[in-house]
Amino acid sequence: MKKATLILEDGSRFSGCSFGAEHPASGEVVFNTAMTGYTESLTDPSYAGQIIVLTYPLVGNYGVPGKLFWESEHIHPEAMIVSDYSEAFSHWNAEESLGNWLERENVPGITGIDTRALTKRLRESGVMMGKIEIEGADNTLSVVDYGSENYVERVSCREVIRYNEGKGKKVILVDCGVKANIIRCLIKRGIEVIRVPWDYDFRELEYDGLLVSNGPGNPDKCQATASNIRYAMHNDKPIFGICMGHQLLAIAGGASVYKLKYGHRSHNQPVRMVGTNRCFITSQNHGYAVDSKTLGADWEPFFENINDGSNEGIRHRCKPWFSVQFHPEAAAGPTDTEFLFDEFIKLL
Amino acid sequence: MKRCKIKKVLLLGSGALKIGEAGEFDYSGSQALKALKEEGIKTVLVNPNIATVQTSEGVADNIYFLPVTPYFVERVIAKERPDGILLSFGGQTALNCGVELYRSGILERYGIEVLGTPVQAIIDTEDREKFIQRLNEIGIKTIRSHAVESIEQAHEAANELGYPVIVRAAYSLGGLGSGFCNNGMELDSLCEKAFSFSPQLLVEKSLKGWKEIEYEVVRDCYDNCITVCNMENFDPLGIHTGESIVVAPSQTLSNSEYHKLRDLAIRILRHIGIIGECNVQYALNPESEDYRVIEVNARLSRSSALASKATGYPLAFVAAKLGLGYGLFDLENAVTKSTFAFFEPAMDYVVCKIPRWDLGKFHGVEREIGSSMKSVGEVMAIGRTFEEAIQKGLRMIGQGMHGFVENKELKITDIDKSLWEPTDKRILVISKAMRAGYTVEQIHKLTKIDRWFLYKLQNIMDTSRELHCITELESLSECLLRKAKRQGFSDFQIARAIGFDEDAEKAALKVRDYRKTLGVIPVVSQIDTLAAEYPAQTNYLYLTYNGIESDIDNPEDHRSVVVLGSGAYRIGSSVEFDWCGVQALDTIRKEGYRSVMINYNPETVSTDYDICDRLYFDELTFERVMDIMDVENPYGVIVSTGGQIPNNLALRLSEQNIHLLGTNATSIDNAEDREKFSAMLDRIGVDQPEWSTLTSMEEIAAFVGKVGFPVLVRPSYVLSGAAMNVCSNDDELNRFLRLATEVSKKHPVVVSRFIEHAKEIEMDAVAQNGEIIAYAISEHIEFAGVHSGDATIQFPPQKTYIETIRRIKNISRKIARELCITGPFNIQYLARNNEIKVIECNLRASRSFPFVSKVLKLNFIEMATRIMLGKKVEKPSKSLFDLDYVGIKASQFSFNRLQNADPVLGVDMASTGEVGCLGEDTQCAILKAMLAVGYRIPVKNILLSTGDARQKADMLSAARMLREKGYSLFATEGTSRYLSENGIDNTLVYWPDEKSQPQALDLLHNKEIELVVNIPKNLTASELDKGYQIRRAAVDLNIPLLTNARLASAFIGAFCSLSLDDLIIKSWAEYENVNKF
Repeated sequence: MKKATLILEDGSRFSGCSFGAEHPASGEVVFNTAMTGYTESLTDPSYAGQIIVLTYPLVGNYGVPGKLFWESEHIHPEAMIVSDYSEAFSHWNAEESLGNWLERENVPGITGIDTRALTKRLRESGVMMGKIEIEGADNTLSVVDYGSENYVERVSCREVIRYNEGKGKKVILVDCGVKANIIRCLIKRGIEVIRVPWDYDFRELEYDGLLVSNGPGNPDKCQATASNIRYAMHNDKPIFGICMGHQLLAIAGGASVYKLKYGHRSHNQPVRMVGTNRCFITSQNHGYAVDSKTLGADWEPFFENINDGSNEGIRHRCKPWFSVQFHPEAAAGPTDTEFLFDEFIKLL
Repeated sequence: MKRCKIKKVLLLGSGALKIGEAGEFDYSGSQALKALKEEGIKTVLVNPNIATVQTSEGVADNIYFLPVTPYFVERVIAKERPDGILLSFGGQTALNCGVELYRSGILERYGIEVLGTPVQAIIDTEDREKFIQRLNEIGIKTIRSHAVESIEQAHEAANELGYPVIVRAAYSLGGLGSGFCNNGMELDSLCEKAFSFSPQLLVEKSLKGWKEIEYEVVRDCYDNCITVCNMENFDPLGIHTGESIVVAPSQTLSNSEYHKLRDLAIRILRHIGIIGECNVQYALNPESEDYRVIEVNARLSRSSALASKATGYPLAFVAAKLGLGYGLFDLENAVTKSTFAFFEPAMDYVVCKIPRWDLGKFHGVEREIGSSMKSVGEVMAIGRTFEEAIQKGLRMIGQGMHGFVENKELKITDIDKSLWEPTDKRILVISKAMRAGYTVEQIHKLTKIDRWFLYKLQNIMDTSRELHCITELESLSECLLRKAKRQGFSDFQIARAIGFDEDAEKAALKVRDYRKTLGVIPVVSQIDTLAAEYPAQTNYLYLTYNGIESDIDNPEDHRSVVVLGSGAYRIGSSVEFDWCGVQALDTIRKEGYRSVMINYNPETVSTDYDICDRLYFDELTFERVMDIMDVENPYGVIVSTGGQIPNNLALRLSEQNIHLLGTNATSIDNAEDREKFSAMLDRIGVDQPEWSTLTSMEEIAAFVGKVGFPVLVRPSYVLSGAAMNVCSNDDELNRFLRLATEVSKKHPVVVSRFIEHAKEIEMDAVAQNGEIIAYAISEHIEFAGVHSGDATIQFPPQKTYIETIRRIKNISRKIARELCITGPFNIQYLARNNEIKVIECNLRASRSFPFVSKVLKLNFIEMATRIMLGKKVEKPSKSLFDLDYVGIKASQFSFNRLQNADPVLGVDMASTGEVGCLGEDTQCAILKAMLAVGYRIPVKNILLSTGDARQKADMLSAARMLREKGYSLFATEGTSRYLSENGIDNTLVYWPDEKSQPQALDLLHNKEIELVVNIPKNLTASELDKGYQIRRAAVDLNIPLLTNARLASAFIGAFCSLSLDDLIIKSWAEYENVNKF
């Protein structure tokens, strides 16, 4: 295996061995503390433009299953960094090794890194850009500014796709980088899904509810989506936002969004339904958050993070509009909040 | 917020340690008591296990050293009138007792609220049929199981399901009485045994080969639910989880499988209505996502203790708080202190639990491991690769393994068969198979162990092969060295793989020096519950080579004192040393030093991170202790409170200029090395039995020829607690010597004449610079010959001459002075007619330290620790002569778990635990103690076989007493004749090898006998064979069995003279010396 090095913006270097594609890469370096679900994470479009660091050291154990189990068609992060990659894998549904898959998808991977030390660095200094260099490769690469790129545009679908056509209530799914399990959650509830590109003007479409999906990068880059949501607010049809969709609904509702120091990326984020004793463990992957203080008078916090008090959901005081920062569709992660799809569908 | 207005809570402990129910419940009970105390709630504890931390001063407000049975608990309730009770912190013992109290209406009558999970929910999970029905209600799949109440029904069920089937007893712990049956005959024998433990059995289709997965789940009364940890068994279904290597978190489950099972677990808890902690076990098909729920434990368990240690999440503490009505969101995350208890820990390491067996100590026991638990302890190893964790773990279990490779060659003939039929040596068999060229696929086919685990083991083997190619240390590259270290190779393994000719310990030191010059050293990492996501101030640490920076700074102030813990629980070393360690840590803190613990046993309180200033959850090997010394740079190290493991390290640590507190290493060596010790006794004129040093079998044969059997054999530096052993014949001698030389070949073995019918007396003491400051002398009820760990011990002595005591004090004084003892020590004596002989001396705390400390109410370890820290300590004013009460320490045996083992006491220590009870006199104390270790007072019929002439005579008055109390006596031939000759009515019954009727065994099988006294004349093979079937049947049929005449007389005397209602219920604090004249 070739030597590979991660160089952070602050100059610190972490060296290990390459186990994926052997070319340089750059991206915003973020850590995820989940102990399972690398397949789902890698195919989660929300990781576009990022280098994902896994704190759980043993990775690759169960190999990679076929596309049926993925969250999108491809790997989205720019690179992956782990501590102890397992070349040998064992699982009934595995089709290839993780390293093999990364190579096929042309994504670099580094193993043998002290991901705990790296995570502590990111926690103390905040997320930052990083570059991966592979020994012996041409490592020239221009580094972009994560916050000023429109990653949503890159990962969103290009045209309208329909699922379960003519089967039930119609939900427009605005694809900012949607995870397949959001679609699965709707389909298994007998919903007709009309998946539209992130900036698609859906005014002409007939629908019963609007779902704005998760997606990568800076929500301020998605003003087009926000203004479409604002337009949709002219009628009283239900709106449900997830992750990026949550931030966009908040922006559409007049609130503002800020960037967290190092985000929430894990399967163990505790949230509380505001004003109740009901708490949930949620799966999260976000670097930006809604500033609760900026919510308009018509809106109220729906969920909040038990650990750091950040906003985890909002709802309109009288209209059927709500959104959550976490992932009720899970995949990867806990499924405790999947009931929110039922809540949404009840409103349709 | 707290809802209830509970002011006083009764907590039930789990009693003596036994297989399947061990130290984990000291840990959970202690945590619960701490949680209650924090709330200002008064606590009452019933637990006869006097060696535990939870029964120490100040942990509970009132402590009762009484049996955890409905009778005694009801009397405590009547006296204490608590308004709440906790049932789920004392294992199955407490749970069963609680369910009975509930069913008999006692809890209701006294208006006691069960805190936490309601009793009905517990019953729903314990009764198999109800359990399945409850899970069916929410569409959750269970193993198709037929509850049967007779052998006929069992056959019907098995025929319907098709063999193989698994049979398990309802209401039992650790798989007691359960097993696999491949045919009707096996079913017959298993059912008979199992029905003696439980009126209901479950016959199930076997799912051998499926993955076994567990989840630890917590729920509060607001219906909030989390899973704290999941765990995966290395061994597939078919091997009890207590017998399996277990990893956390799961390694081979995809996200979808992980969360599917997690989701099911939460649904189960909600449906059943658990409040607190619960464990859910699954079988998972390795070829799909198909699953079955195996069982649900609505209480703290061995797995929950493991999960607590694995994640840093204090499950028992939180469960106790939830029982008071708190929500998870109310409680702080004890590790980060900045987040809350409502979260699921994220680990950035892997832990590996490995069971410890002591099957070699039992005669005739089956070595196969399966669906019933036989292991006596466990270790937990932490690493950042699986290879690192498992190699650490294999060293930790302390049975001579150096890791997965570079061990002593295992002698087996048929590798295939050994892989297919796993024994306690399974991991060594896999190693051997890999060495012999077996592929992962082949091994997987034979063992059904998931290939992933085997690939990882193969990595270790591959690295070992690379190392074997190296011929000298200097040619070992840094790259390969790092790789080996990251895979958990010890310096010793590397030295051995490279093939040093010289002394292995020296070679390992060379590797150590070499790697340090290359900068290959481990880093210290924190267990912080959130994988570094949030800053944590935690002192819960482990070492790893898979890292570049430590989480902690090295202190420079030399103000820490390191206490070496006692490692895995094993026969001969268990919770008593945990107590000693915890007392030492407390004292170190009180004296203004930072306390540091090194230990790796997940069942202990000493590995609770809030018990010390720093906890290194890591190996107690020389190498790792030295690594920690390099980090800590401590003021000193205490090696005398952790039993034999630290004691054995003393000399080597001292050679590295480590400051040992207390008695110096040379003195320790002089006491440990039998030859040096015996020579010293001769020199200072202290009597000891005739002795000789064994260097060859010929020499020893000649010696035995001179002094005759029985002889006492004392290997030096013995592991596994077998400090001394009596051998009565050539067979035993050969067997034991094989065992002893296997344990330590560096040191010679001393053989001495064994004096029969002598009293055995123990001296536990604390000395300062050779002067005894405090002491406790206790006497054994049994004559010498029963291992001191199995003997019933009485303190203060009631039947020892004052003269004897004075002589013992004098000799002890001499020895203490000669060895310049500073700290705790123990000397064992033989006494006959005021003739005193020394048989052994340990310059460390002994097994009986907590017992004598608590009976005397004088904390010997606290005193010893202060002395070792160089503090001035006054001689205490009270002595054992002041006590107006008696303490009895009785042993708990776990023969019922050890199929086919002969439940006779002798050569090796066999007990797994002990209790200590107090009473106004010997009889009161012994009655409580015997009931606390599971004896029952017989109602009508007793079977007697009372050994040789002398033993028969010893037992005569007991037999007469039994007749006078109206018991019917059944006796085998010799005993029957002797009783008749002495005018005691009895019915003659026949041995199994005699043809006539009535047969003793039939009486047992027909449940006509309620107590068996079966005393072998001696320990020869033929004599043991004669009584074996009767003894074994008694154990298998759960009939109380006594095999020692002195103990039998004492117990019989007690229950014949006293009724239960005569016993006075007093808390520990109430045993005071009322009359100072």
